[in-house]
Amino acid sequence: METVSPNRLAWQRFCQNRAALGSGIYLSTLVLVLLVWPLLTAQAPDATSDTQFAAPNGLHWFGTDVHGRDLLTRVVYGARISLLVGAVGAGVSLVIGVLWGAFAGYIGGRCDSVLMRIVDVLYALPSIIFVIVLMTTLQGVFDRLKAAGWSGQGTATLQLLALFAGLGAVSWLTMARIVRGQVLSLRTRPFIEASRALGASHVRILSRHILPNVAGVVIVYLALTVPAVVLYESFLSYLGLGIQPPQASLGSLIAEGATQINPIRVYWWMILCPAGALATTLLALNCLGDGLRDALDPQAGPRRSAD
Amino acid sequence: MHLLRRLALLVPLLLVISLLAFVLVRLAPGGPFDRERKPASPEIERALLARYHLDEPVWQQYLRFLSGLACGDFGASLKYRNHTVTDVIAQGLPVSLTLGALAFSFALGVGVPAGVFAAVRRGQRSEYAVSFLTLLAVCVPAFVVGPILVMTFAVQGRLFPVALWQGPLHAVLPTVSLGLYFAGKIARLMREGMIQTLALPFIQTARAKGVSETALLFRHAFRLAVLPVVSYSGPLLADLLTGSFVVENLFQIPGLGVFMVNSALSRDYPMVVGLVLLYAVILLVLNLLVDLSYRKLDPRVTAWKP
Repeated sequence: METVSPNRLAWQRFCQNRAALGSGIYLSTLVLVLLVWPLLTAQAPDATSDTQFAAPNGLHWFGTDVHGRDLLTRVVYGARISLLVGAVGAGVSLVIGVLWGAFAGYIGGRCDSVLMRIVDVLYALPSIIFVIVLMTTLQGVFDRLKAAGWSGQGTATLQLLALFAGLGAVSWLTMARIVRGQVLSLRTRPFIEASRALGASHVRILSRHILPNVAGVVIVYLALTVPAVVLYESFLSYLGLGIQPPQASLGSLIAEGATQINPIRVYWWMILCPAGALATTLLALNCLGDGLRDALDPQAGPRRSAD
Repeated sequence: MHLLRRLALLVPLLLVISLLAFVLVRLAPGGPFDRERKPASPEIERALLARYHLDEPVWQQYLRFLSGLACGDFGASLKYRNHTVTDVIAQGLPVSLTLGALAFSFALGVGVPAGVFAAVRRGQRSEYAVSFLTLLAVCVPAFVVGPILVMTFAVQGRLFPVALWQGPLHAVLPTVSLGLYFAGKIARLMREGMIQTLALPFIQTARAKGVSETALLFRHAFRLAVLPVVSYSGPLLADLLTGSFVVENLFQIPGLGVFMVNSALSRDYPMVVGLVLLYAVILLVLNLLVDLSYRKLDPRVTAWKP
């Protein structure tokens, strides 16, 4: 009988999970569309027109906003930024979390308890305070740069980088805990001891034996961190701390729509369109994360496909 | 004994947290008096800073804060003159507590049954519907649910008031928009826990000796299956109490969430430190309670020997 590698098995399980597979396809198409969108249409996201608050129609599929800007274009550019922030923010949290957790778990002893107490303290500190302080500090730096003659484009990019750093800096705590727990239990396994007896250096043990073994859990948690970061970014943008206008993310578009609620006329498309885009994207990301978890770790959640 | 040691450990943790918050807000550029009286003369500015002891070195300010804290005094707010931080907390906390408790009950009341239902009906069409709805709930944040609810039920339907915090009717929309996300999260945890518990050998044993399905579910399995929900409810409650900023902002509710964000934005140093400490105390105490209830619910947890 042919033996099937664990990776192959995981892939088969993933393909049997229709929701996860569908989400994967949806997300890759979405990313593709978002990437080539500027080539397809010449419409700029901040091009204004005279038709304000037009309901969705043949010309403007998602309607227009207060300045007569096409909402579909705005949502596409907003989704680009939201997804970019989600991916990079999760990446930042991955790097910090894995390094922190791996060092704490591998070195152990006093170093471990100091590192993990720091995580405990940060857990008990409301992350919003952290982000506000970081964002406003950097804002001051940007203002100075602008005064020193930097172009608007440059500072906008820097602001985005600051957002990545801020979001990554508050979302690595759980990752560090998970990795540390895994490394702690791996460290005492016989194959690590054998490798040490053979004279492998610590760096080699960490990079060749421990980290590959943690990878499954890390990938799963990373897939679930992306939607969390997207959500957090939209929350920050809703508060006005994230993406600065005229740039937009899905969160700031929703916030803009929420300010237009009044008893006289309801501009429902200004909320429902960006909210729908956010919800479907998050839905797909979560489905994908769940599917990856079930595929990579069959014990974590016995799923329909397995039984 | 263990409880006492855990409680004693909270004190240094809280001290570190307060020091961190104290230093962090002061690191951010700008001061509390930037926005008002823009052309203030340097003398006025100096007098204001001296009035609130902001001209002293930070460590001295921190010591001053600690000695005030020993008497239960968080200091005076720099933004809301004539109000101490304790005043603001005393006014806002009951409102936030009520809203948080309502949203928590809503989340539990909807999430736990939905999760159990999804676990029992696994693989059936009705499970897919429930699971999809709970997943959707996790994907629409409060700032989406809130405006949509207001638009349909308050502005169009005129069933509920649009905003403010006056009677039971006023509480309905904020509770739902705050609690829906957490209901979805609890339902997912509950489903996962129930599925895992139902696969354990002791359930088979119980079934073999003829326990009815209902008793099996609610007397035997539920106790273990609810553990993930219990451990999540500690941080959840703390989030509900303070993270309700969006909902409080949307519905004009005079709770603490608004102060939490605004004080950090306007560099109201004593207010930030006071609220951060409050949040930390709530979170740490709740986590302690969660640990304690774990022991009650799961007899296998024998790490503690009193």
